Amino acid sequence: MKNKELFLNPFSKNNPITVQMLGICSALAVTSKLEPALVMGISVTVVVALSNVIISLLRNTIPTRIRIIVQLVVVAAVVTVVNEILKAYAYDVSKQLSVFIGLIITNCIVMGRLEVFALANKPLPSLIDGLGNGLSYAIILLVTGFVRELLGSGSLLGYQVVPNKLYEWGYENNGLMILPPMALIVVACIIWLQKARQK
Amino acid sequence: MEAYLSTFVSSIFMENMIFAYFLGMCSFVAVSKNVKTALGLGIAVTFVQTVTLPVNYLLENYVLRQGALGWLGAQFDTVNLSFLSFIIFIAVIAAIVQIIEMVLDKFVPSLYNSLGIFLPLIAVNCAIMGGSLFMQQKEFPNVGIATTFALGSGIGWALAIVGLAAIREKLHYSDIPKPLQGLGIAFIITALMGLGFMSFSGIKI
Repeated sequence: MKNKELFLNPFSKNNPITVQMLGICSALAVTSKLEPALVMGISVTVVVALSNVIISLLRNTIPTRIRIIVQLVVVAAVVTVVNEILKAYAYDVSKQLSVFIGLIITNCIVMGRLEVFALANKPLPSLIDGLGNGLSYAIILLVTGFVRELLGSGSLLGYQVVPNKLYEWGYENNGLMILPPMALIVVACIIWLQKARQK
Repeated sequence: MEAYLSTFVSSIFMENMIFAYFLGMCSFVAVSKNVKTALGLGIAVTFVQTVTLPVNYLLENYVLRQGALGWLGAQFDTVNLSFLSFIIFIAVIAAIVQIIEMVLDKFVPSLYNSLGIFLPLIAVNCAIMGGSLFMQQKEFPNVGIATTFALGSGIGWALAIVGLAAIREKLHYSDIPKPLQGLGIAFIITALMGLGFMSFSGIKI
């Protein structure tokens, strides 16, 4: 029961992006299409979960004074592994994501979870907490990517979904959606909806 | 000379860290509530960026890249350590931030008192790490250009955060829908400022 709560809590009440405003940096730049958003979401989930477990295993041996550097090195190592795997199996997407995979290291969600949760809890709850936070981050990315690709390019995951008929009738893709600032507006709308519903 | 100027201007305006790539948004949104703290953080970021990026540039070109270890002897020509770059960069940044903090504390206490609280924040600021990763991607011809890029992107970041802070100070007086207050409206303002900055794109010097 407790584990289930740990897992579900980040999705609504404690969403890392919309409520705690962590990890916004990388969330926005990768969402102009659905595919990079999906890959980014999965990568962050893997990194948060793995580094949470590792830090939780090490939590009794890390001296508090140098814990930030230890955490950074562990996260950097995990991210390096993820980056090499992406380069090997999904080269195009990894080119598209370019520097943003590396920026997972400085993603505040990862550091935040390590500081708040993994340093004080056993490996299993840490794993669940990491998965929950990573996935709830991924969901925001996916929603943003979905809206932006659908309205901006009329396609999803690269497949055209807006029928040609509509274009013949004069429908046009909204080029504005592809521009970087629109990511902020879409996320702001998600925050707006979420807060309005919770009240 | 021309190359320096164009790198400098484009890193401030056309490729602004915040409005074009959203790097450093976390501290950006959290700190941009009043102009004074925003300015302090902006200066600290510019400073750290200008110190760490050239160091990472040298490491990248003399240690990490394929063939970069050639100066050790011909047998090292094929060594490619670039998979280590994430760990090296973040370690360099964390270490330099620590050193800067200690040096300032010892020799310039007044500056330390004004920047001090921001320095630990900066080690995990995406703009700093992002600067180093962009440097790796852009393959600058020499260390001078890399330093110019660092200075420019730092100033661009500071400019953006001070601008947003100034607008947010005025926002206290406006009537915003309740659920949109705080984070939501900050996002929308950043987006509008970003659209404004997009008018710089395409300018060539």
